[in-house]
Amino acid sequence: MKTRIVIQTEDFSLDAEIAALTATGDPGAVASFTGHVRKEGDLSALTLEHYPHMTESEIARIVDDAASRWPLTGVTVIHRIGRLAPGERIVLVAAASLHRQAAFQACEFLMDFLKTHAPFWKEEARGSERHWVGARASDDEATERWRK
Amino acid sequence: MTLLYFAWVRQKIGKSEEAMALPAGVATAADLIAHLRRLGPGYVDAFADESRIRIAINQKHSRSDTAVAANDEVAFFPPVTGG
Repeated sequence: MKTRIVIQTEDFSLDAEIAALTATGDPGAVASFTGHVRKEGDLSALTLEHYPHMTESEIARIVDDAASRWPLTGVTVIHRIGRLAPGERIVLVAAASLHRQAAFQACEFLMDFLKTHAPFWKEEARGSERHWVGARASDDEATERWRK
Repeated sequence: MTLLYFAWVRQKIGKSEEAMALPAGVATAADLIAHLRRLGPGYVDAFADESRIRIAINQKHSRSDTAVAANDEVAFFPPVTGG
């Protein structure tokens, strides 16, 4: 399986990433999820911080777990860090497989675990105020359902 | 050992990283938190509510009852909010 995990400040190209996942011609299906900074009230920016090295190893562990559950031919995870304005892309998860069910499910699984396990933190800027975004119980519940 | 702090834990303590000899009597991450709390008001503030603190030992998610050793990298941070 082809795995690509990248943490970067710059934007990414969805087309280029999907093209790379399908270059071998093996997969019949690629499912992808792209997360953007929500436009919300007076939110002017998000600043993302992470734990270098642990982030990559934790995401690799999540990808390995996904690969043990579904027959995947490739996975790409790109997560941006630094300052991002509303509307900008934050994250890309793409999973390639022979069939759509595996690709869809793996994509959702990767996103659920990324949200609850990958060491990233978001700080919001609203006017002159800055505050750290709190974790959501609904994200923990989304992760929990895969354990059943 | 190397201690790392992220997000508001880093801000409250006022640094992102520090080196420390394994303090006497410290066997677990919880013991380490108890020790750090004695180092000043920033630490007291950061660790005021342990239910809001997550721990990684050698870059793996760990619990407060996990053992810590002299050469470990121990990180303290809030629940993660990526994605």
